[in-house]
Amino acid sequence: MCSYIVEKAALVGSAKGRKGWVRIDTANVYFDHPYYSTLDHVLAIDFTNEGEGGRDRVAIELSAESARALVARILAALASGEAAHGEPAGGAENSMVVTA
Amino acid sequence: MSHYRGLQAETVTFRAHNGDQGEAYYARPTAAGKYPGIVVIHHLPGWDEWTTEVVRKFAHHGYAAISPHLYFREGSESPDDLGARVRAAGGVADAQVMGDVAGAMAYLRSQPNASGKIGVIGFCSGGRHTYLAACTLPGIAAAVDCWGGNVIVDNPKDLNDKRPVAPIDLTEKLSCPLLGIFGNDDANPTADQVNRTEAVLKRLGKNYEFYRYNGAGHAFFNTWRDAYRPEQALDGWKKVFAFFQRHLAAAAPSIAAE
Repeated sequence: MCSYIVEKAALVGSAKGRKGWVRIDTANVYFDHPYYSTLDHVLAIDFTNEGEGGRDRVAIELSAESARALVARILAALASGEAAHGEPAGGAENSMVVTA
Repeated sequence: MSHYRGLQAETVTFRAHNGDQGEAYYARPTAAGKYPGIVVIHHLPGWDEWTTEVVRKFAHHGYAAISPHLYFREGSESPDDLGARVRAAGGVADAQVMGDVAGAMAYLRSQPNASGKIGVIGFCSGGRHTYLAACTLPGIAAAVDCWGGNVIVDNPKDLNDKRPVAPIDLTEKLSCPLLGIFGNDDANPTADQVNRTEAVLKRLGKNYEFYRYNGAGHAFFNTWRDAYRPEQALDGWKKVFAFFQRHLAAAAPSIAAE
């Protein structure tokens, strides 16, 4: 079905699109008809910077199964990465921790 | 005489809602003559290549067809980027779309090839817009709603500033014959919602034809998607052209009849 249902996530991050690396502050996430994929429905994520007008996006379209698998891999990567680096992931980008 | 009609297709500017200068895709037969007009209202994802194929299809069949870009005000990025932005913003206002459709109709009327009759066809959200246009805009001789969802609004909280009225509540004002094309597997509109829409049309004595297709869901005419169903789509297009032929094109038979 076609709908205007969009889940918005506020983000701290960056994405590489047509114009190279850009800061992003929002992900618009929706499960609906695609633009490019031939699948009937996709889990679509549009990474954008709404603080700068949201004119550019880095867009992804995934099958529902792929999206669920990706969620699991994201969580696994965070867990293993945190374990490997000995610190919790998170914090503002560009924050500088200066130790005496 | 050549078997296939020559046609010309291009992007044009037109006077849209509020006098804004909009863009539209316009295709018409190149042979001299008068042709009925068709406004093609694109679906929610945007003014895409499939939409332009539909416009050219109508020109091939002897119509002057135009599809206004409903998201042109968002910027000059690619139509799919604009569609994504419009989706995230909750869509465009019905009043604006009706103004853009009226502007597209005026564009067709102003062309030297205009026969004077205009039909409107829309797909998905465009189907809903077509229903709305047929109830609110003067001068439409025939309307085709292809799987327009949200004609019926069951939850009043789904109404908002952009879409303040459920089109079904305007059915009394429907002023032209209406053709509806639906897939029975569609989730929006569901078969039940289509039945309920039909019941209202019947109760109000409206001139309508509804065709429902088994084994088909939403957007089953769309050749770019898994949803495409060739057998059902071929039959559906036949219904569309027969309907427009009957109501718009007494003097301009389809290519098959020439």
